[in-house]
Amino acid sequence: MDQSTLDKLPKGFKSIGSDFGTDQTAFKGVQWGKAMMWIFLLSDTFIFSCFLISYMKGRASTVVEWPNPSEVFALDFMGVPVPLLLIAIMTFVLITSSGTMALAVKYGYEKNKKMCGWFIVFTALGGLTFVGMQAFEWSKLIHEGVRPWENPFGAPQFGSFFFMITGFHGTHVSIGVIFLFIFARKVFRGDFDKGKRGYFTTMKSDYVAIEILGLYWHFVDLVWVFIFAFFYLW
Amino acid sequence: MTDNTDINKEKKTTTHKIGIYLWIWGLLFVLSFFSYMVDWYQFQGLLRWTLILTFMFLKAGLIMAFFMHLFWERYTLVNVLLWPMTAIACFVGLMVAEGKYTVFTRFIYFVLGE
Repeated sequence: MDQSTLDKLPKGFKSIGSDFGTDQTAFKGVQWGKAMMWIFLLSDTFIFSCFLISYMKGRASTVVEWPNPSEVFALDFMGVPVPLLLIAIMTFVLITSSGTMALAVKYGYEKNKKMCGWFIVFTALGGLTFVGMQAFEWSKLIHEGVRPWENPFGAPQFGSFFFMITGFHGTHVSIGVIFLFIFARKVFRGDFDKGKRGYFTTMKSDYVAIEILGLYWHFVDLVWVFIFAFFYLW
Repeated sequence: MTDNTDINKEKKTTTHKIGIYLWIWGLLFVLSFFSYMVDWYQFQGLLRWTLILTFMFLKAGLIMAFFMHLFWERYTLVNVLLWPMTAIACFVGLMVAEGKYTVFTRFIYFVLGE
């Protein structure tokens, strides 16, 4: 569909009816891979929502005192316990990597191979740092005796929600890091300039792939925004 | 339906000035700092919850609108993505009620015994 046809399509509310009423391509002008990634992210949103909602229900219905997150996740800095220190650093690291990813997408669309590739590498390094700090946090809590079925701080449900939610998020980050490195290599090799074919497809590679990868990475950051608010701050 | 030349034309509409990304990036830092301050100063009760939720939704909105390009995306896609969120909101509402009921019955049980 070329730009002149796209411009003639209805906009706003009218576009919803016309897009779905044509019995062919919905989301006109949106690359199919991008639409698919969005739909995957929507389903992932529901999974994370279910985790967070069950956490809310568990915390709201326990008669035992809930552990105070700002004490549980405090870290000693020069002998003084600083509340949520590690979590705050993790939040900033993840936001930084989200910013570098946004710039990678931008440079990708400008076909600036070098900048795009390096920003993807920075993003991946940010992700690695995040996972590393999370591993540190997990081992610290496990040493302190937090288990999915008990913990020394309060309500026993705390551990199972903590490990489930942050673990599932950490898995997303780890998978993202792997794909970031794979795509950094593809960018530096010039796959997207030459239109080289991917592993599982006969279609030509295009820089839109970087935006799709970016969508996933921003989503991981987005989920962390909610976990940070509900699990650590609430 | 889409051959290569058409994809190139679409691309022109998807590049944006670097300034907008840096602005959003900066705002996200500031908002994260504010939400950390909520814990630092140990605000409690309604004030704490309001502040946490405000900063959370602002951050989520900025990420989705600008980093994930939803602000520039086709309106049909935006609607398909955002309307299902109302189902989550309903689910939250149901579980809040359910949670209150569970804790109520547990208290009754602990007070009155079997």
